[in-house]
Amino acid sequence: MIDPIEPPRRKNPLLRTRLPTAPPRARSRTSHGFTRAAAEGRFMLQRCQGCGTFTYPAREACPSCLSSALAFVDAPARGLLLAETTARVPSDVYFRERAPWRVGLVKMDCGPTIVAHLHADCIEGAAVRMSFQLDKSGQAVAFARPEGETPDMADDRQWREMTADPKFRRVLVTNGRSAIGREAALALKAAGTKMVFVGIAEPWRPFAGEELLRRQDGIELVTLDAADEKSVGDLAADIGGKVDILVNTTEYVRPGGLLDRKGTSIARDEIDQAYLGFINLAQAFGPIMRMRGADGINNSVAWVNILSVHALANWPAFGAYSASQAACLSLSHCLRAELRPGGIKLMNVFTGPVDTEWFQTVPQPKVAPRAVAQAVVAGLRDGLEEMYVGDVAEEIRQRLAANPKALERELDR
Amino acid sequence: MQGRALLELADAIASDAVRVIDLSFTLSPDFPVIVLPPEFGQAAPVRIQEISRYDARGPAWYWNNVTFGEHTGTHFDAPIHWFTGKDLANNAVDTMPAKDMIAPACVIDCSAQAAQDPDFVLTVPIVEAWEARHGRIPSRHWVLLRTDWSKKGWRDYSNLRDDGAHTPGPNPAVMRWLVEERGIIGFGTETIGTDAGQAGHFEPPYPAHHFLHGAGRYGLQCLCNLDQLPATGAIIVASPLKIKNGSGSPLRVIALVSST
Repeated sequence: MIDPIEPPRRKNPLLRTRLPTAPPRARSRTSHGFTRAAAEGRFMLQRCQGCGTFTYPAREACPSCLSSALAFVDAPARGLLLAETTARVPSDVYFRERAPWRVGLVKMDCGPTIVAHLHADCIEGAAVRMSFQLDKSGQAVAFARPEGETPDMADDRQWREMTADPKFRRVLVTNGRSAIGREAALALKAAGTKMVFVGIAEPWRPFAGEELLRRQDGIELVTLDAADEKSVGDLAADIGGKVDILVNTTEYVRPGGLLDRKGTSIARDEIDQAYLGFINLAQAFGPIMRMRGADGINNSVAWVNILSVHALANWPAFGAYSASQAACLSLSHCLRAELRPGGIKLMNVFTGPVDTEWFQTVPQPKVAPRAVAQAVVAGLRDGLEEMYVGDVAEEIRQRLAANPKALERELDR
Repeated sequence: MQGRALLELADAIASDAVRVIDLSFTLSPDFPVIVLPPEFGQAAPVRIQEISRYDARGPAWYWNNVTFGEHTGTHFDAPIHWFTGKDLANNAVDTMPAKDMIAPACVIDCSAQAAQDPDFVLTVPIVEAWEARHGRIPSRHWVLLRTDWSKKGWRDYSNLRDDGAHTPGPNPAVMRWLVEERGIIGFGTETIGTDAGQAGHFEPPYPAHHFLHGAGRYGLQCLCNLDQLPATGAIIVASPLKIKNGSGSPLRVIALVSST
C-alpha cells in the first residue's frame, strides 16, 4: 500500500527551488530499440530470428545461438519479482536526491531476467508487469508494477518520476476555441488537475462551448493568441511559473495544396498559427518549465503537441497544412532536446482527420475530439512521447514503416 | 490664401487655440478585425515582432517588424477597395490626390440611438434633421457618424452573434444621397467598417462601400474621440500609407478643432 500524494502546499518562498538533475544517460545505439518502445508505450524485447530466444539487455548477437539476427518485437510483459533491494545512499546525484530507491530482479515469463525500477507495491515472489518507461534523461528504463491494480497506484513516487500524470498539476491548454482544446480542458480537469488554464485568442469573438468552459471550477480562461509574440509573453509573465503541463492545441486547418491555391496568404496564416505560434509558446514557456523540472509534487513535466499524422506523410488534399504540421514536428524534436535538461517530456499526439468542420467532406473514419483529449490524458499518465490516435493515424504509422513510397503514391488521389 | 494664414494656424496649434484631436486607436494585436466567413481570405491581424530591444540582437536600439492587413485598426478605404471603384483613375492609396487627405467634417451625433439599438441605421431624414440645425452639408466634406461605439469593450464593439455582427451604419438611401446630392468626400465611422454589421443584407449589400468607392470617395473606420468634435468646423487630416496599389491602410487620423 502506498500513501496517496497530498495536494501540494504553496511553496515556501524562502527556499531555493530544487533544480532538475538527471539519471545516467549513456546508452548503446542498439538499446534505443527500447527507447522507441518506451516512447510508444510498447513492451518490446530483442528476439533471435533464428532460435526464438528473447534476450535482455540489448545485444548484438543471440546469447543462445550467436546469431546476429536480433529484432525488437513486442514481447509478453509478465514476470516474477525474484529479489528486491533498496538503494539508500546512492552516489548518483539524481538518485541520491530521491533515495530510498527500490530496484529488483525480474524473471520474465519469456526468458530473460531484467533489473528494473520497482513500484512500491511490488512484492518479492509475486507477479509483475514490466514496461519500458522514459526516465528524466529521456532514456528507456525497465519498470515493474504489480500485475493488478492497487490503490492509488499512479501516486507511487518512483512511477511518478517516469510519467507526467496530470493529478494535482496545472495545465495550460493553449487554444480553447477548438473542439479538441475544449475537450482536452474538460478531460484534464477530470484527471485531477489543480487548474487548467485555457487560452482564448481574440476574446471578443464568441465561440462554441464558451459558457460550458466558463462555468467549470478549476478551469480558467486566459487571453492567449499563440501567434502573437506579446500575447504569449504577457501570459507567461503571469502564469509561466504555474504551468506544469502545456498542451499545445493550436489548430489551423485549411484544405488545399499548391496549385489550386492562389498566393501565400493562407500558407502564411498556417505558418503564423502553427509554426510561429509554437515558437512563441516555446520561447515564453519553455525556459521556466525546464527550470521547474524537479519542483516538488507539481513539478513541470510535459509539453504536448497535437499534430496531424500527415506531418509524417503529406496528404495533398491538405498539402500545405500537412507541410505546416511537418514543420511543427521537426521543431518538436528540437524542443524535446532543449527541454531535456529539465527532464520535461515532449509528447506528440498524431491524429488522422478530426471530426470537425474543416474535415467535413472527408469520409470516415475520423477522430472524435474527445478521443484525442482522452489520449492526451492517457499518454501523460503513461509518460509517452508518441501517440497515434484513431485508425488513420495508426495505419499511416504502419504503412510509413513498411514502405514510405507506397504511402506517398496512395495518399495522392 | 496668404502665407501668413498658415503660420497663424501653426501659432494657433502651439497656443492650443486650435486643438489637435487624435481620432485613431492604437494599432495593436488586440484590436478586433473584420470577421469574414472562414473560407474567405482573412485580414491579417496586427503582429509586432521584436527585432531587438537594447539586447544581444541590437545593443543600443529597440525596433520591431510589424505586419498587418490593409484594413486593420483605424484605417482608410480607397476606391479600389470595392468592385464599384476598381476602374476609376487614381483609386488607390498611392495615387489618390494628396489634397484629399485634408478636408472638413460634419459630425452627426447618433450616439443616443445607437445606445438603444445596435442595428441603428442612419437615414436621409436623420441627416435632413441634422441639416436643419447645422446647415446643409457642403461638398467635399467628410461625414462622420458618431455612435460612441469606440467606447465599448471589444466584445460589445464587434458584437458578433450567430447571425453576424450587429453594429450601426448607414442605409443604402442615405449613402447614395450623401454621395450624389451632397458630394461628400468620404464617410467615417467608429465601428469596424463604414457599413453596418448587417449591411450584407442591405440592397445593395454594403452600401457605404458600394456608393462611396463607386464615386471615388473614401472611407474611414475604427475612429475614436468623435465626441470631442463639433458638429461642423473640424478639419480632418487622414493620410494613408503610400502602399503600392494599396486598397487602404491603417493610419493616424487627426482633427483640428478651434477652441473658441
